[in-house]
Amino acid sequence: MRAYLQDVGALAKKDLLLELRAKETLPAMLLFVLAALVVFHFALPHGAGATAARGLLWSALVFTALLGLTRAFVPEREQGMFDVLVLTPADRSAIWLGKSLAVLGFLAAAELVALPAFAAFFSAVDGRTVAAVALADVGICTVGTLFGAMAVAGRARELLLPLLFLPAAIPIVVGGVGRYLWFLVLYDAIFVVLSWATFEYVVAET
Amino acid sequence: MISGRGLAKRYGERRVFAGLDLDLAAGGLLLVTGPNGSGKTTLLRILARLTAPSAGELALPAREAIGYLGHAPMVYRELTALENLTLLGRLYRVPECGERIGMLLERFGLWDVRHERAGSYSRGMQQRLALCRVLLHDPALLVLDEPFNALDEAGAALLDAVLAEPRTRVVATHDPRRVEALATDRLAFA
Repeated sequence: MRAYLQDVGALAKKDLLLELRAKETLPAMLLFVLAALVVFHFALPHGAGATAARGLLWSALVFTALLGLTRAFVPEREQGMFDVLVLTPADRSAIWLGKSLAVLGFLAAAELVALPAFAAFFSAVDGRTVAAVALADVGICTVGTLFGAMAVAGRARELLLPLLFLPAAIPIVVGGVGRYLWFLVLYDAIFVVLSWATFEYVVAET
Repeated sequence: MISGRGLAKRYGERRVFAGLDLDLAAGGLLLVTGPNGSGKTTLLRILARLTAPSAGELALPAREAIGYLGHAPMVYRELTALENLTLLGRLYRVPECGERIGMLLERFGLWDVRHERAGSYSRGMQQRLALCRVLLHDPALLVLDEPFNALDEAGAALLDAVLAEPRTRVVATHDPRRVEALATDRLAFA
């Protein structure tokens, strides 16, 4: 177990280091989420309710996450590193977990900007919304990373990831807008286990 | 070490090869030749456990006992040589990893540039780093696809020395002259 966690830590650290040097994903996510919230600010009619505003926040967050997920396996794809990683004796789920943690880090960083911006443009962000965002991030990153790995092997990968991810993200948006924390906990529990258990088959020899 | 019977590979309707029998004893060198698109890379990916044959039976070493070099260097361009090898040394559980990495970087002439990003290397230096990566975990089976690509004469001489070491090797190349003398088995795709 200790070796597994060390592998996960090494893989996540590698992704954070790659982003720190390449600066390709996080700036794009930050720009996108801010631009989306500005557009929504002017698009939402005056007097619209808090639920409508939260719906726009969740739309912005899900599409920001999709932007990060689209880039998640780019270094592995472009530099042939996916083959190198799957040949190592490390448990293949460690590749998924390391990547999920890195994407979670990027998404959390984007939300550190997005939530204050939402508070400035729309309404105050309470603790329940922050908890819902944190819980949703876990589901978004684990499911999204699994689908990202599936899409990376395909020819129409830019199309495949949104087609797989967005339907799976609908329950997250429903749970997030309604702030059904128990529902998000259940979603996370199911999809973390499912993604962890199936990643091996996603990267298996074909 | 490698034994295959009736191996075939198809991609959809396209047949890459079929009915291929293979035997390679431990310590042997299988030289694979053939024109572009004849199936050399596909066969090597099968032997590296990166893809499965469509039909046939194949016995191979475990994946951690394989060192695979593809057409691309297969290193993270934004990481330094040292970071690339340290990550893989961790994943391969290489004992005394730091010393092994140091020895390989010295051997392949990359020690002085170990803190520079792999993306800043010339293609030949990236190929040398790729060879360090392949040898890092001291694999029992080397699967090398066009390994002399981009290497200058000094680099090619280093690779000659690697190929002369006593381990099982599969080498695909357009230019078999450097490997011919070492080959114990040959496979020519039409």
